Amino acid sequence: MMKDWEVVIGLEIHAQLATRSKIFSGAATAYGAPPNTQACLVDLAYPGVLPVLNAEAVRMAVKFGLAIGAPIAERSIFARKNYFYPDLPKGYQISQYEQPIVGRGSLEIVLDEGTATRIGITRAHLEEDAGKSLHEGLANATGIDLNRAGTPLLEIVSEPDMRSAKEAVAYMKKLHTLVRYLEICDGNMQEGSFRCDANVSVRPRGAEKFGTRAEIKNLNSFRFVEKAIQHEVARQIELIESGGTVVQETRLYDSDRDETRSMRSKEEANDYRYFPDPDLLPLAIDRAFIESVRASLPELPDQKAARFVSDYQLSRYDAGVLSASRETGAYFEAVVARVGAAHAKLAANWVMGELSSALNRDNLEIDAARVGPQSLGGLLDRIIDGTISGKLAKEVFEAMWSEGRDADAIIEAKGLRQITDAGAIATAIDAVIAANPKQLADYRAGKDKLFGFFVGQVMKATGGKANPAQLNDLLKAKLGGG
Amino acid sequence: MSLTSRDVEKIAHLARLGITDQEKPVYASNLSKIVEFVDQLARARTDGVTPMAHPLEGLTQRLRADEVTEADGREKYQRNAAAVQAGLYLVPKVIE
Repeated sequence: MMKDWEVVIGLEIHAQLATRSKIFSGAATAYGAPPNTQACLVDLAYPGVLPVLNAEAVRMAVKFGLAIGAPIAERSIFARKNYFYPDLPKGYQISQYEQPIVGRGSLEIVLDEGTATRIGITRAHLEEDAGKSLHEGLANATGIDLNRAGTPLLEIVSEPDMRSAKEAVAYMKKLHTLVRYLEICDGNMQEGSFRCDANVSVRPRGAEKFGTRAEIKNLNSFRFVEKAIQHEVARQIELIESGGTVVQETRLYDSDRDETRSMRSKEEANDYRYFPDPDLLPLAIDRAFIESVRASLPELPDQKAARFVSDYQLSRYDAGVLSASRETGAYFEAVVARVGAAHAKLAANWVMGELSSALNRDNLEIDAARVGPQSLGGLLDRIIDGTISGKLAKEVFEAMWSEGRDADAIIEAKGLRQITDAGAIATAIDAVIAANPKQLADYRAGKDKLFGFFVGQVMKATGGKANPAQLNDLLKAKLGGG
Repeated sequence: MSLTSRDVEKIAHLARLGITDQEKPVYASNLSKIVEFVDQLARARTDGVTPMAHPLEGLTQRLRADEVTEADGREKYQRNAAAVQAGLYLVPKVIE
């Protein structure tokens, strides 16, 4: 069934800009304040108030535009988007319609298989967020909290360039990484700092004309984006194949039931009657300002990943994982600085393996890791110099994580130091051989597989501490009839 | 250009205005006259004129520094509200 249809997806992403104050007023934007304590007269749309644009929101939008290679409009204008809703006190949202601040740019995504695709970004514009409507615990009323009203948003509109739910998620993740690198958005999806609407349509494979699209609103996790799109694609194909037609409408994803359902018919509701906001003059951005923002750009995710590949000979996949956040990249490089670039692959494996699973298990961000980069480097040093085996190192790591002590202290305390004394290993081997005459005879009769049995027995006898390479050599010699 | 009663209905709906059937032709006629008046602009020659976003040409938007300057005024502001509960403004139930 899927063979006959091509999926077309475009995403609109709303990123809350991490300013201290609102886009048009001096009220605070901190998350989680008691309701309506951060809504001032401007946010409440009292008569006679005037919006004044926040310089930091402008700087952040410019930063984003430069990072996606888009032109920055030297002159952009604000417009009123008119609609009625109780969480929108003015009866319009101040947004940008014609002449947005950020023009056309693009972002490269890499799928699991390693194929890179460039996704076009049509535009990005500044606008204000609305308040929140609360329904729970109120009998015959809706409660309105306007703390969020006026919080700056950057709406990032993609081209309809994505062809699968997986591509859409990859694009969204890439944008999520980028806005955090740029430090323009905290990316907290649970708190709604980074939200996504998806425009989804299907068309017969090979057709040029797009099918009618449905817009799925308010997708606040990567998993929901993927599931909602998959569900919506299946719904549209089924509808068309059974003789129906897709109508242009807004649909809401219900994660409990894993389905989308119609919210309202779009052409009916969406007559926003945009017009330039007479309260705001055109925004002028000069070249010198743009260049100063450009000079302040950090190393971007793609640049960092490319550097990891060339400096540390990491695979493209590893480099992508380790550069997914600035913090992860910094952690990895701090470990490498300690153990040396020659051991970068070992450092990469530990950051992506043990460290990452411990963080996931305890639900911690890498900044709050119970084993810091210096400590992890200290552990890796002991693997590198042969004090402990890689297998024992995992045990040491767990102890470091729970006890908060250094690798050396734990190796000492638990007596985990690897046995590299050939005499001690030989003694252990002799004892094992003496205790297993039948296996010895079988081995010498040609059952090579029993070698592993002997390795296991000696390891058991030494508490896993025998140096594996030395053990192998000595055991081979002794079993061979030494 | 003249507006029909249907146009008036749509405009009234978008503006959330309740109007009676008797009023519709009156509004249609009045609004048509306004549109006709403004339509004179369409006869002006505007070749080579850059559209203006604002009548104050040459001026550009002043920006403010990103500082929190507004203290919590909830108690004062909510005295004007028709109904509040637990710090929330109450409105008739909105069902989506």
